[in-house]
Amino acid sequence: MGKRKGIESSIALADAAAMCRVDGISAYPITPQTHIVEHLSEWVNDGKLDAEFVPVDSEHSAMSAACGLSSVGARTFTATSSQGLALMHEILFIASSMRFPMVMAVANRALSAPISIWNDHSDIMAERDIGWIQLFAENGQECFDLTPLCFRVSEDKRVVLPSLLNFDGFIVSHMIEPIEYWDQEQFDAFLPPFEPQIRLDVKNPTTMGVVGVPEIYYETKMVHHDALRKAKAVVKEGFAELEKTVGRKYEVVEKYKADDAEVALTILGSLAETAMTAVDNLRKKGHKVGLVRPRLWRPFPDEEFIEAVSNIPVLGVADRAYTFGAAHHPVASEVKSVLFNEEKRPKVLEFVLGIGGRDVKVEEFEEMFMKMIKVKDGAKPFGIEYVGVR
Amino acid sequence: MLEFRFHGRGGQGSVTSAELLAVTAVADGKFAQAFPSFGPERRGAPLEAYARVSDEKIRTRSKVYKPEVVLVLDYSLLAITDVTKGLKKDGLLIISTNQDVEQVREETGWQGRLAIVDGIKIAMKHIKRPINNTVMLGALIKASKCVTMKNMEEAVQNRFGRIAKINQNAMEEAFDVVTISEGK
Repeated sequence: MGKRKGIESSIALADAAAMCRVDGISAYPITPQTHIVEHLSEWVNDGKLDAEFVPVDSEHSAMSAACGLSSVGARTFTATSSQGLALMHEILFIASSMRFPMVMAVANRALSAPISIWNDHSDIMAERDIGWIQLFAENGQECFDLTPLCFRVSEDKRVVLPSLLNFDGFIVSHMIEPIEYWDQEQFDAFLPPFEPQIRLDVKNPTTMGVVGVPEIYYETKMVHHDALRKAKAVVKEGFAELEKTVGRKYEVVEKYKADDAEVALTILGSLAETAMTAVDNLRKKGHKVGLVRPRLWRPFPDEEFIEAVSNIPVLGVADRAYTFGAAHHPVASEVKSVLFNEEKRPKVLEFVLGIGGRDVKVEEFEEMFMKMIKVKDGAKPFGIEYVGVR
Repeated sequence: MLEFRFHGRGGQGSVTSAELLAVTAVADGKFAQAFPSFGPERRGAPLEAYARVSDEKIRTRSKVYKPEVVLVLDYSLLAITDVTKGLKKDGLLIISTNQDVEQVREETGWQGRLAIVDGIKIAMKHIKRPINNTVMLGALIKASKCVTMKNMEEAVQNRFGRIAKINQNAMEEAFDVVTISEGK
């Protein structure tokens, strides 16, 4: 087992990507992701990593170059955030439709305007439908562990799709915290060399990215959707192998004190950790509260989620982004649609919080749970509550 | 769990002190966090950095509102910042100053445990620059015993390389000469 050290999560994530022996990195710096690509450029510059580092003029170019790198069979990594992810938008669909199994780390950050460098999930929720595998890391250790997991799943012959690893900007990206490194041998055993099935090769010419006439486009999308839905099983296999490798257990739907919970909260990302402190505090007072979080956001693990919440009378869903003009915000919308046809389902209450870097205190999570408990005890359900908004 | 708040000005190394504290605590086998008050950092502008140290896994990711320890790198901040805001009554205030205990108590109104050291003087002696972040870590270790000096010296070595030695010397002097006044 590697060494446990106090280190910034971004640096650890970059180290993990380097230890995955990536062949190609194309990236454009953007706060709060910058430290990742800066550190990877050091790996390459210092001669410690034999990879092509492609500095580009924008994120649109970064994603385009990443597609190019992946098309020739390079294990490809990039990272971005917020406006950078938004600028990649059109190429993100191309990366997944052309089945490039690259990995991208996204330090989640609010979208402009007004300009905000701070954390929420508006960047990733706007890219929900890009056809990539999407996971959430809640802390620095998970950023480190899930980077090789993403490559392993993406490159699996049953999947061949890009993966996107979300982690909260600043709250995780800039946090110094204890992270247990894997040894290089553990990386190599967990993640075998990348063997692409098709690659651009001058000796064996092939064409990629051709026109999809109406006779074939629909089927191409069907195959893509089907592959993404089936990727869940491969993610689960990867989690099991990861547990064998380093002893840490991951689930597509994570539960915290949820098995006997009467009231539970669903929230994505690192604020789940703050919410755990609230759960612990309320459990000490005798309240049966817990958390249920889909770690895997795409493909959405609906079966596991339904099973996890079906016996819980009241479920709160905390969104960290708006779906402007919609009746429900993105995570609540997903959860409600997944549960709608179930005979046994919780009453769903909705919250919005932590927008644009607004801090969320343990006490605020405790207040949310107490409001949910009142509904469980018979109070009238409330509409969407915007926690802490002035 | 102990929570720390560092007050300094951009360029003084407050964020680095918080980071060194967390790195050392992890090396000591504990759990720790360090983070800046997220946002653009400007040289000379007041800023805060935070740290948490615990024997158990730390889950809270909100800012620090009720610290056990406040460390002030720049005395001039007292005129514009309430450095004792939220500081627990049985907490510890550490200030870099050339004033004496009575003057600092009058200036801050703080009646609890107080540690003072002339950090700039020690920095000028060893580092030849008015950068007192490592100096004040010496005072912090003496007054709070939250991390070991041995692992802090190693963290300073890893962080500063060829200028590590002068920083370690400055840190050790502050450890030796810091004045600790118990609270009322």
